[in-house]
Amino acid sequence: MTEQKKDSLKKPLSRREMLKLTGVAGLGLLLGGGGASGLMALGRKSSSAVVKEAAPDKGLPFYGKHQAGITTPAQDFICFAAFDVTAGSADDLRRLFKNWTAAAAAMAAGEMIGEHNTTLNTPPTDTGEAAGLTPSRTTLTFGVGPSLFDGRFGLQGRKPKGLRDLPAFAGDALDPQWCGGDLCVQVCADDMQVAFHAIRNLARIARGHAVLRWTQEGFQRTGRADPAGGTPRNLLGFKDGTGNPDTTDAVLMDQTVWAQPADGPGWMAGGSYMAVRRVRMRVEVWDRSTLKDQEATFGRHRDSGAPLGSRGEFDPVDLKAKSADGQPVIPATSHLRLAKGDGSQQILRRSYSYSSGLDAKTGQLDAGLLFISYQRDLEKQFIPIQKRLAKNDKLNEYTVHTGSAVFACFPGITNGGYIGDTLI
Amino acid sequence: MKKILTLPAVVLATSVLLAACGNNEAASDKQAETPVAQSENQTSTETTDAADQEATGSDYTTAVDGYRAFAIEQIDEFVKQTEKFTDAVKAGDLETAKSLYAPARMYYERIEPVAEALGDLDPNIDARDGDVEAADWRGFHRIEKSLWEDKTTEGMTDFADTLLSDAKLLRAKVETMDIDASLMVTGAVELLNEVSSSKVTGEEERYSHTDLYDFAANVEGAHEIYNLLKDDLAAKDKDLNQQIADRFDALEKELAPFKDGDGYVSYEKLKDEDVKKLSQNLDALAEPLSNMGQVLGV
Repeated sequence: MTEQKKDSLKKPLSRREMLKLTGVAGLGLLLGGGGASGLMALGRKSSSAVVKEAAPDKGLPFYGKHQAGITTPAQDFICFAAFDVTAGSADDLRRLFKNWTAAAAAMAAGEMIGEHNTTLNTPPTDTGEAAGLTPSRTTLTFGVGPSLFDGRFGLQGRKPKGLRDLPAFAGDALDPQWCGGDLCVQVCADDMQVAFHAIRNLARIARGHAVLRWTQEGFQRTGRADPAGGTPRNLLGFKDGTGNPDTTDAVLMDQTVWAQPADGPGWMAGGSYMAVRRVRMRVEVWDRSTLKDQEATFGRHRDSGAPLGSRGEFDPVDLKAKSADGQPVIPATSHLRLAKGDGSQQILRRSYSYSSGLDAKTGQLDAGLLFISYQRDLEKQFIPIQKRLAKNDKLNEYTVHTGSAVFACFPGITNGGYIGDTLI
Repeated sequence: MKKILTLPAVVLATSVLLAACGNNEAASDKQAETPVAQSENQTSTETTDAADQEATGSDYTTAVDGYRAFAIEQIDEFVKQTEKFTDAVKAGDLETAKSLYAPARMYYERIEPVAEALGDLDPNIDARDGDVEAADWRGFHRIEKSLWEDKTTEGMTDFADTLLSDAKLLRAKVETMDIDASLMVTGAVELLNEVSSSKVTGEEERYSHTDLYDFAANVEGAHEIYNLLKDDLAAKDKDLNQQIADRFDALEKELAPFKDGDGYVSYEKLKDEDVKKLSQNLDALAEPLSNMGQVLGV
């Protein structure tokens, strides 16, 4: 580890200068996005480390009241992995969580994993492809799926009520190769190699205890391509996430994202429930639909992202507006209208685009959205929204849901603790 | 005219991106096929607007009347054939019902955009398992599952009756329906999108594997629309018109070897490379077809 730090200090000045600059921009986003509760948590848990932890080259804090990677402003890339546990006992599972914790904390700080990276007679403990790279705002977010509570680890009684596989939605075409998992890790970073390195090393550490079940990489426009940080566009060309709740509003986050102690079970207090859907977009079909049709599908103007009939992206959405012929300006089957519903259900979307090469069968692009949302309660928030969308959303003509999973993402980990220590 | 010349370039670029093979580029004599020509596209807005305006004034009454007649003729036959099919189902004649299933559906598949424009009829007639709530699932595919998977007509009488009455309702509604050139143009693309989304992958007829009947019927429906509009299109954009004609030919040639008597072979007979080739020929056709509306100004 010491070796590694020395190495990184020897980096050419120009590069470090550049990194500082982007780091400062990142810090601004962190302060803007992390919200008061995040900072207060930092203050309590590791007060002496606040400045150090938040310094640009040290990455985002791994320890805290909540896991990073949920209200953290979305990084450029994601590597998502679901695992099946093969370990036979709760002790083995706990050991895996402890080993993962040490590795995750090191990787979030941009450090090498383990002690044996310069010992010539053993394989290095870190696979090495991120050596010398900055932390790149890496976050690692861990969760457990409903199947972990099946009795193998004596956890049946601790299963959250609302944690179960999503119901079948109209039009689902789920492929088991993109579904479920005992555990999940969402790694997000501003560098794909850094993100991949994290998943690879977690999988390596897990060998003998857990195996990869499915993975999906994703991307969005990078911070460099859009320094202003506008709402990202999905692969259908539309801004995606305009209606997200304000992550800097700690009260709102408590209401919509973080499981509260009274929600039960106690071990999830401060955690969040994650819904993951792999949504393939029929881009070839979309590409031959008219702009009018595309805009009617989303209920927004493609260019500005404004609701139909308005000018600015964040203009209030007027669902009552009627056009001259008496039809709603924002169509009844538009994605916007159905996602919004009566406004009583909100979720925090944190999606990424994916491109997984070709569908070998048809020769069409296998591209779409790795939809991820965080919510306090899947049954009260995600499920009713998705039900509405599945039934009537005009967007369904152009998308097909091929993967699905839910996970209970742990509350934050205190320094000295380990992932899942409130559960097992 | 500039705009018109540059269209094939855009189309060609797209088909190259999609690695579409086996297309005979009709417009190969045009310098417009070089990527450079695409930039002209940006500068020709004025010409385009003028062309569009001129086009808007066109009268498509003959084409629209022709399409209405076609749709009614198809739906008439659809009701007849559906009645034969549902009679066989109700009579418990499994084999006859199976043999009438796919041919009856072809009349529907040819004019599907018309049915889709008429409210809930399409899901009632044509929803697949999972498209709608389980309790609401009815229509052809509900019966298909029983015939092929459960191998029985038992319990299907009500579904058969409802299907026939939905078909008759479609016949009644089509009389009063507004058909315009815009519906025709978007409908042609929608028909091919249907193929692209579910038929080419064998998802539509998951029990009977008669997807190629639907495939062929969707393409025939799109071709009919094109036939009704092709003279107008040729007058405005000869190259685009030729390209669409050629690509219909190419796709229909790809489909021909799979004909089996009056029908088509089982989807399960298709090799992976057959599916891919059909799919890519289909995309190659749908892309220029989706530009037809713009050129016609509808």
